[in-house]
Amino acid sequence: MTISIDPQKTNNESLQPKGWLRYFSFSLDHKVIGIQYLVCGFLFYLIGGTLASAIRIELASPMSDFMPRDVYNQVLTLHGTIMIFLWIVPVVNGAFGNYLIPFYVGARDMAFPRLNAVAFWLIPPSGLMLVASYFVEGAAQAGWTAYPPLSITTPQSGQIIWILSVLLLGGSSIFGGINFIATIIKLRRPGLKLMQLPMYCWAMLGTSLLVVLSTPVLAGTLILLSFDIIANTGFFNPVLGGNVVVYQHLFWFYSHPAVYIMVLPAFGLVSEILPVHARKPLFGYTTMVFSIMGIVVLGLVVWAHHMFTSGTPPWMRLFFTIATAFIAVPTGIKFFNWVATLWGGKISINSAMLFSCGFIINFVFGGITGVALAQVPFDIHVHDTYFVVAHFHYIVYGGTVFIIFSSIYHWFPKVTGKMLNEKLGILHFIITFIGFNLCFAPQHWLGLNGMPRRVAEYDPQFQFVNQISSLGALLMAISTIPFLINVFLSVRNGKNAGDNPWNALTPEWLTSSPPPVENWEGEAPLVEEPYGYGKEISEQK
Amino acid sequence: MTTLDSSKEIQKNNSEVNETHEDFRMFGLITFLIADGMTFAGFFAAYLTYKAVNPLPDGAIYELELPIPTLNTILLLVSSATFHKAGKALLKDKNSDSQKWLFITAFLGIIFLICQLFEYFHLPFGLTDNLFASTFYALTGFHGLHVTLGTLMILIIAWQSRINGGRLTSQNMFPLEAVELYWHFVDGIWVVLFIILYLL
Repeated sequence: MTISIDPQKTNNESLQPKGWLRYFSFSLDHKVIGIQYLVCGFLFYLIGGTLASAIRIELASPMSDFMPRDVYNQVLTLHGTIMIFLWIVPVVNGAFGNYLIPFYVGARDMAFPRLNAVAFWLIPPSGLMLVASYFVEGAAQAGWTAYPPLSITTPQSGQIIWILSVLLLGGSSIFGGINFIATIIKLRRPGLKLMQLPMYCWAMLGTSLLVVLSTPVLAGTLILLSFDIIANTGFFNPVLGGNVVVYQHLFWFYSHPAVYIMVLPAFGLVSEILPVHARKPLFGYTTMVFSIMGIVVLGLVVWAHHMFTSGTPPWMRLFFTIATAFIAVPTGIKFFNWVATLWGGKISINSAMLFSCGFIINFVFGGITGVALAQVPFDIHVHDTYFVVAHFHYIVYGGTVFIIFSSIYHWFPKVTGKMLNEKLGILHFIITFIGFNLCFAPQHWLGLNGMPRRVAEYDPQFQFVNQISSLGALLMAISTIPFLINVFLSVRNGKNAGDNPWNALTPEWLTSSPPPVENWEGEAPLVEEPYGYGKEISEQK
Repeated sequence: MTTLDSSKEIQKNNSEVNETHEDFRMFGLITFLIADGMTFAGFFAAYLTYKAVNPLPDGAIYELELPIPTLNTILLLVSSATFHKAGKALLKDKNSDSQKWLFITAFLGIIFLICQLFEYFHLPFGLTDNLFASTFYALTGFHGLHVTLGTLMILIIAWQSRINGGRLTSQNMFPLEAVELYWHFVDGIWVVLFIILYLL
């Protein structure tokens, strides 16, 4: 069965608001929705970053003098939840996915444009609800993991609002995932083979599979948790005969794949950026594809490595240690491929390239501590210490957020038709890179020496190292300023970019900047070699 | 300037009216049902874990009466067949037959829900009595919610398959096919639930 496009309907859609007003409308254009995701996510990033600064100010001294302890718990809960569910997941999936995937598959829009818009518009209300919960008897205090019995015993209204908000965001994520799978598998331009797709499509396909398979489990778990809080059932309440560890299993069945939901799209984006700025084909395309799918499969069976101190039996520890160590193999293959892509390339040192290289450095470090944390004896020693905090910030900030910035520098000319200022961009990178490493590298030492996480007060012997870390956080906060100045200046009077400032070969650069409403004036181009760099030079010779 | 732009837009769109693509709404629905099935899988996993590692307090009742749930299983399986009949009838342009079979399906769904409520009111335990009771109500309740939504959707498409002014025809089968797939899915989940919860 086929669907013909209804002329009446298309006309109505093109009569939607024009100019900047369209970003505040229920637009069905995938590019508008992508930018909506990005800007909305960035605003929440600023809120989450302010909360992070509050945490680091509090931790600059050993006593809880900047804020009371329960407020500290609320701040760290909001910080974690906002950064994960409202900044990284929506931006790295929703924003770049919506903007790029239809171009990459040669389509005019996503498979389900209305579902797409609904998925976005679930985010602002749930995010605002989450932030507003601070003003109702206090926000949730149980951390982003919301482990019972802590989440059952802390004030209820904040926790319930937290659950509602995360359920809505999970729904948004599932709708997005369904849309991406349908778009990549079903909406490909005739003649475009799966193995000719740019790497980001594969990353998003893998991510969406994880979203569709694991997010519903989190939703079910949170529904049970809300029953425990509201209806006084005992699913996770040991006093009533329940089992806390079941919550942890169900929660991590989502939340470990969530790590890959946050980082696989970044893997895809960096695979797009590196070949363009190194003027070389992506090294090992096929191994990249199989690595992504390997990570997807393994990512679903490693969740209990978060629970080595939760009374897991020895066979479970053994299985999950080995499975986790295996994930290092496909991830390692990807890293070697990126380095090999850079090797001997004609590298341009610009902001996009610098952030991508920063990603490689940070992520290797975070990956190595990740393999270390998968080993039971080591994990038991550093469990719930700052070592874990350092590890996952190296993954999500040093990894994904660096790639988000890299992607903004890379695709800004396509979205706006203007170039970003390179000097401000390089300044942004230098401050971010130094600030980030200054902030999180010392936390490994703190964790190894036994400083627990999620506590407002600590042993005074750790004060000096904590102050170094807080100084790094200050630099990270400052690093946002050149970036914002850069974006505002460049949107107003940046240099005109032209359609293809990087001479890139992927399909989104083959249309005008900014692209027209349905992406192409005529038929979508067939790009068989998205990474065929170097070939045009040899042809010229 | 703005008006110029939009008029150009309309012209461009008009020239592309003939563009067609494959219908992948069913594909999207299947993906959604896989996601929905994972929610149930999470509940089942939790229930089985509880059964394996969390002993119930002394004197807790967890033996369930079988007649009503068995009747319910039969009701749902028959309703799957009647729904299939409705689809066959619509394909042959017999709208009134199709509507009749849809109403029968919805009726069976409602009977299922009434039986379920009857069982709820006659069970010897309440929601918060013990872990088994809570899990029982959560699982059957979540499934019952699916049946309720399904019944409502069946009633809507039954209304839409009326002869005068109805939108369902043999050319526009998708709404019926989508609800049918959803209904079979809900039935399948019930069979698994029946085996795990009542028989095991």
